[in-house]
Amino acid sequence: MLYLKLAWRNIWRNRKRTWITASSIGFAVFFAVFMQSMQLGSYQRMIDNSVRFYTGHLAIHQAAYWEEKLLDNGFEQSKVESLILDSETIDVAVPRLTSFALASYKDKTKGALINGVDPILEARLTYLDNKLTAGSYMSGNGVLVAKGLAEYLKISVGDTLIFVSQGYHGVNAAGKYPVEGILKFPVPELNQSAVYLPLPLAQEFFGAEGIITSYSLLMNEPDEITEVQSSLAGFAKENDLEVMNWEEMMPELLQGIEMDYYGGLIMIYILYAVIGFGILGTFLMMTKERTYEFGILVSIGMKKLKIQFMVALEILMLTFFGVLLGLVASFPLTFYFFNNPIEFTGDAAKAYENFGYEAIIPFSLDPVIFYSQGVVILIISLFLGIYPMLAIQHLKIIKALKE
Amino acid sequence: MNVIEATQLVKTYNPDTIPVHAVNNVSLDIKKGEFTAIVGPSGSGKTTLLNMIGGLDTPTEGKVIVDGVEIDNLNQSELTDFRMHNIGFVFQSYNLIPVMTARENIEFIMLLQKIDKNARESRSEELMEKMGISETSKRRPSELSGGQQQRVAVARALASKPKFILADEPTANLDSQSTNSLLDIMAKMNEEENVTFVFSTHDQRVIDKAKRVITIVDGKVESDETK
Repeated sequence: MLYLKLAWRNIWRNRKRTWITASSIGFAVFFAVFMQSMQLGSYQRMIDNSVRFYTGHLAIHQAAYWEEKLLDNGFEQSKVESLILDSETIDVAVPRLTSFALASYKDKTKGALINGVDPILEARLTYLDNKLTAGSYMSGNGVLVAKGLAEYLKISVGDTLIFVSQGYHGVNAAGKYPVEGILKFPVPELNQSAVYLPLPLAQEFFGAEGIITSYSLLMNEPDEITEVQSSLAGFAKENDLEVMNWEEMMPELLQGIEMDYYGGLIMIYILYAVIGFGILGTFLMMTKERTYEFGILVSIGMKKLKIQFMVALEILMLTFFGVLLGLVASFPLTFYFFNNPIEFTGDAAKAYENFGYEAIIPFSLDPVIFYSQGVVILIISLFLGIYPMLAIQHLKIIKALKE
Repeated sequence: MNVIEATQLVKTYNPDTIPVHAVNNVSLDIKKGEFTAIVGPSGSGKTTLLNMIGGLDTPTEGKVIVDGVEIDNLNQSELTDFRMHNIGFVFQSYNLIPVMTARENIEFIMLLQKIDKNARESRSEELMEKMGISETSKRRPSELSGGQQQRVAVARALASKPKFILADEPTANLDSQSTNSLLDIMAKMNEEENVTFVFSTHDQRVIDKAKRVITIVDGKVESDETK
């Protein structure tokens, strides 16, 4: 208690310096938290979008499908209909028939990603019904077209689109479908090419009755992916299918995230280095200006170990105070942006979309972001605290008393 | 009974280049209850001698025995403990702990000695009363006059009931009134409680009060007079 009291009073001996040091630590924490919250929020969003629109957390395919994404590598839907899934683990399981076709309207033609889906289940997975900007959701005979594609083809609700493709086992696939609605997607790639239609209609178009290309599973707890994947392995093998998780299906997404994450980390480390020098400066001053006092304390009988303990407490308190300042300042702001993500409009939005990114910056409130910064700063302070500890250890009383 | 026995003490600085003998072959004994002043001009070696007697500095040659213990044989940690239990220090610049009140400063060494709260409180109250600083107990050093600070420093030195008190020019920064008051208190403690005091000083008022005066010139004892 004595040392705690002494340490507390000592850090407030020089109020201005304490505030400056704590503020610099607080700024580092604030900046790091804000940046990491933005990074992790974006990653979570990217993963969530990709998982929902492309792969699911887990997907069941014909064994050869992922190597060669051909319609001919689809499988009979009836194979997975017998699969009993634990509703506590699996939120929703969605059948999809996905392939490409040429979409034409008047003199315009463009490649389109045709998705045959179950309208109800798909809405649960991708909230497709919420992406409608015009028209109505799938009723049975029409298609939903992504906004970018619709703009390119200059079509609107009520117009008729013509699709031409190669169907299942090489049959010719051609058909005309009324546009029932226009969808706006957060993922630019989808926005330029996606077409959705009911699964039976897609199967009919491709001449692939009863065939799907994937059965996507969305987990309630993404932590259980590996466990569920293992439990489905036996079933998949028996039916000549394979179960893949999203990381296996989209390694480039994971690599992109990792590269960006480490890039951000380098920035934060540079910031920590700058702040670290500031903290070291304070520790140097704290030690230098108190050399005489330490000399007196040792003279009257206080052991160096006890002085070191007292100074270590001062360092801890100062750091804790700074970290607290940073967290208190950063939490409300990240909380605000978590609920109100930054959305770009106009040219900025287009620039983002041209790079294949959603024009929005979401934030994360993952507790790890907050306490990891505190721990990092604490480790830096403790590391820098070695200097005053050594200075006290090597203190010469007579020299100190002459300071 | 000798509290301090210093035998043929030598302190040489820069022994390998240009040797400076700050203390040169000094031997002296201090008995229990003495009120001794070590006097001499600046640079004569008073403080160096006091530092070696107090275990703050090690002699180049010779030995110091305090209360039967040869302190040069103790390691740094043992020596720190030894100082805490046996020697009281009063410095020229008071050197109180700035973040503690007068009372906390007085109790500080007793806290290090792990003396229980009641004993600490009664001892600090007793000392503050004797030093005439009871009313300043809750004030921090920056709120005290120089004289008051030095009285707190003496009380702190006395708190642990040391074998003797070493005071390095304790009146150097005090005005006449504070000096006289401090000297009276120390003399009273010496007479009433038989506390041993050893001063280094060139203040004539301290010299006048001392019962024994050891004069040091160029690191050597020039005279040793008992009044």
